[in-house]
Amino acid sequence: MTAYRLSSGGLVDRSKALSFTFDGRPLRGFAGDTLASALLANDQLLVGRSFKYHRPRGIVSAGPSEPNALVTLGSGARSDPNTKATVAELYAGLTARSQNRWPSLGFDVGAVNGLLSPFLGAGFYYKTFMWPRQLWEKLYEPVIRRAAGLGRAGLERDPESYEKSWAFCDLLVVGGGPAGLMAALTAGRAGLRVILADEDFRLGGSLLSETETVDGGAAPAFAERVVAELQSLENVTLLSRTTVFGWYDDNVFGAVERVQKHVAEPSAKLPTERVWRIAAKRALLATGAEERPLVFGGNDRPGVMMAGAIGTYAHRHGVSAGKSVAIFTSGSSGYRTARSLSAKGVTVSTIIDSRPEASDAVPHGVRVIRSGSIVDTKGRQRLSGIVVERSGFEELIACDALGMSGGWSPVVHLACQRGARPVWSDALKAFAAPDVGDTLRVVGAANGVYTLAGCLRDGAEKAAAIAAELGFNAAAAPLPVTETEAEPSFAALWYVPGAKSKAFVDFQNDVHTKDLGLALREGFGHVEHAKRYTTSGMATDQGKLSNINAVGILAGMRGVSPAEVGTTTFRPFYTPVSFGALAGTSRDVHATPTRKSPLHEWGKKHGATFVDSGLWFRSAWFPRAGEKTWRESVDREVLNVRANVGLCDVSTLGKIEVFGPDAAEFLNRLYCNAILKLPVGKARYGLMLREDGFVFDDGTVSRLADDHFFVTTTTAMAGAVMSHMDYCAQVLWPDLKVRFCSVSDQWAQMAIAGPNAREVLQQLVDEDISETAFPFLSARATALRGGINARLFRISFSGELAFELAVPAGYGEAVADQIMEAGRAHKICAYGVEALNVLRLEKGLLTHAEFDGRVTPDDAGLGRMFSAQKPDFIGKHLSARYGLTAADRMQIVGLKPVDKDKDIRAGAHLLKEGMKPSTLNDQGWVSSAGYSPVLGHHIALAFLKSGRERYGEKVAVWDKLRDHEVIAEVCDPVFVDPENKKLKA
Amino acid sequence: MASLITCPHCGVRPKEEFAIRGDASLIRPAPSASDEAWHDYVYVRANPRGRTVEHWHHIAGCRRFLVVERDTVTHEVYSVVDGTAAAREARR
Repeated sequence: MTAYRLSSGGLVDRSKALSFTFDGRPLRGFAGDTLASALLANDQLLVGRSFKYHRPRGIVSAGPSEPNALVTLGSGARSDPNTKATVAELYAGLTARSQNRWPSLGFDVGAVNGLLSPFLGAGFYYKTFMWPRQLWEKLYEPVIRRAAGLGRAGLERDPESYEKSWAFCDLLVVGGGPAGLMAALTAGRAGLRVILADEDFRLGGSLLSETETVDGGAAPAFAERVVAELQSLENVTLLSRTTVFGWYDDNVFGAVERVQKHVAEPSAKLPTERVWRIAAKRALLATGAEERPLVFGGNDRPGVMMAGAIGTYAHRHGVSAGKSVAIFTSGSSGYRTARSLSAKGVTVSTIIDSRPEASDAVPHGVRVIRSGSIVDTKGRQRLSGIVVERSGFEELIACDALGMSGGWSPVVHLACQRGARPVWSDALKAFAAPDVGDTLRVVGAANGVYTLAGCLRDGAEKAAAIAAELGFNAAAAPLPVTETEAEPSFAALWYVPGAKSKAFVDFQNDVHTKDLGLALREGFGHVEHAKRYTTSGMATDQGKLSNINAVGILAGMRGVSPAEVGTTTFRPFYTPVSFGALAGTSRDVHATPTRKSPLHEWGKKHGATFVDSGLWFRSAWFPRAGEKTWRESVDREVLNVRANVGLCDVSTLGKIEVFGPDAAEFLNRLYCNAILKLPVGKARYGLMLREDGFVFDDGTVSRLADDHFFVTTTTAMAGAVMSHMDYCAQVLWPDLKVRFCSVSDQWAQMAIAGPNAREVLQQLVDEDISETAFPFLSARATALRGGINARLFRISFSGELAFELAVPAGYGEAVADQIMEAGRAHKICAYGVEALNVLRLEKGLLTHAEFDGRVTPDDAGLGRMFSAQKPDFIGKHLSARYGLTAADRMQIVGLKPVDKDKDIRAGAHLLKEGMKPSTLNDQGWVSSAGYSPVLGHHIALAFLKSGRERYGEKVAVWDKLRDHEVIAEVCDPVFVDPENKKLKA
Repeated sequence: MASLITCPHCGVRPKEEFAIRGDASLIRPAPSASDEAWHDYVYVRANPRGRTVEHWHHIAGCRRFLVVERDTVTHEVYSVVDGTAAAREARR
């Protein structure tokens, strides 16, 4: 075969030559070429190796159904594997590489698999590599995957940028061929908001390869005129290079626009790809029809192509697929293609027609063989001839290109993606779109209308009907004049008997007719089973060409109609979509929001090391010169707080303002402890349960006025508590007069803790904050000197004399600076969440490390907070269940290593000394652990069976994951100042 | 599942703005109700094929709990009403 560029014609710009490379070989094409048409123009027929047998493969189609011509575009981080050459737009500097071959495309060692093919039938891998089982993951699968492969994904960071966007319209038209263009024109003129999306870089669909005239002129010129008018309409959006890949509930469509896939150097101002979510009141599927390949011996030889594709390359790209073309057809379309090729000056030698008779016009000089079939093809890496069989006689006919035309299948994927199955039509000899209601209708060839005039009319009429439904005053756009054309007819020919070599059904996955026979024999004849057993239709093309023949072959073997076999399930995506496009901008640091505290800059000034903590970015510790490890900094911060004073940013706590005459009653039902009679000006520790009786969250409740509370939640549960409160107020108790809102981001909050805290803080407030005037658990609004509104709370998470001061977020940094200044003489230091954690651990105070969803108030040593007197609160009833009150529940205890040099690790399990590690002997687990600089050794909080009765006992702390074991003594969980003398100083 | 939910307060919004809590037909038992009633309320859920009512929290919108009546097979949404109104109605 010798493919070549025709001397004239086509929609390529012959004045714009583009150079590109294929496997390093420099080649040239024109603007308007696809990579496939440019490869053909350079007579590069061999483009890939097949998946399993590594057979040489060439371009088959001229569109998204392509099974063979998969290449890797670009290089390095910008490489794009498994790109279909048939839809890749050519640009200057494009580099393409073939895949699945070693050492080279022309000489591929893997082709030895072809010789072994008698042993490599469907299911071969599963049967052969079953035993020994453990070798599957380690040996067989990696080796098989390496040998049977597609392109490789790069491991480098993807430098492209992506985005997502919503769009809304009255009418979405999917497909810009004759039906789609007429529909968009009709709807656009009527004033509907129209979006027309087409996967091609040029709108026009089949009009671009059409030989018939429209309105007396060339069909592509007509398409151009319609597109120009659509472009001029403000209510019409044209999205070329855009594949509508999915149809979702409520008529929302997913589409991917390849904004800059066709340029060598993408502009930083635009995304490379954009995912659209299109909410459409109505949609028209104008996705055309797919020509069917024929299943005959040697049908995968490079040079065997879809007949229509040969026509497209000739008309649209000005490329002839060969010097001497033969057509194998089961219907009239093969003749139509032959006529159009002859008209273009491409030599068509022979038409092999499977039917005994036909009335189709034959171009001059073309031989027709009726009742003929092809049983084999000749040539190695390119076609040199075909073996034609007729009435038992074989004849070798030389040709260098062969077009297959097995009839047509409407492209109905999108209509079938929401559960409805396609419907077999005896008239069309194809699966047609199901009736899915008014919001999505199928039009043109996708609707089984195959003439040009019919498509134009169908598009115009359906759009006019939709316009009327939506209340627009519409008339179908006047139909252009077309030539008279007969409806195409064809005989269903699922496979051609008498094959002398492998007859492929699925080119990409190397499935041939015998594989389907084997599947049926072995009990996998159901279409879904046969798919998995043979992998037919499971490749990246999802069987766009092959599925219909597989169904037909299964039907033939089972002796039933294709209607009875049915199809496999259609799901998004219609064609593959890159992960990058689906992720959009949500990647790297943008995958989740970065929440910075209002005191972030203050922390930075003091040299904070920051840590990701939930959604927040928090100051973890503040290293000083000379400190080599984080522990040194944390120990210093802890000791300084215990001896002098420290300032810690606690702004990340959830903060909620609660108002209303029933605010107290509402909170009383939310917390397990009593809130109703909390005096104004007081704060209280509060514990919330889930309805199942386990602890949900803890925090503080402060009453600022009779009908005004301020509650805090833990940082981690801020969102969940807010949602819980919404639910309780709106659904459980809608009659309570209460309103609340989150103010987490409105207040900067800092803890000032340590023996010198009062001296420091008193310098900032006029109000008397002495022990008598502002005792432990006081809470009130105040004003700082200088007039800033603030709230002051006498609460402590460290066991020290401590205050929490909240100021409007914008003043946070300035106030923190003032406190540091005021504290300088009192040896103030900044301390971070690590020190905060050690301080609370030393005091046996709890966090969500302890409240892990399996802990009751009593387990946590907070049983006294549970107010059984209250008539009702969330979690009350089920807290009384036997299992939650059993005496052998795991209870919070403290642990001290017997050997003071040893550490204890969170997550370790507790065992009785000398007992064998097992779940049966499990006595509990360590929730928090750390080094106490005050005590000079490690300490831990743990949950231990009946723990409160076991102080003084020694247990083994066993951590299998880190292979660590230590003996520890059980003790009270409060390690420092158990009498709370410092707290109330 | 629906792609779009018509919030009675905010209009047509994408489903990503909502958090689904589950069965909206449950009524919280009285504190004195039997253990069985509480057990059913907290733990037992139907997994209906067909019509179902659920609480959808418009977490990135008005923050109202909505009652969405929809079909788990066809994904059709029959109605969306405010949860407070529905709760009052249910108690009547």
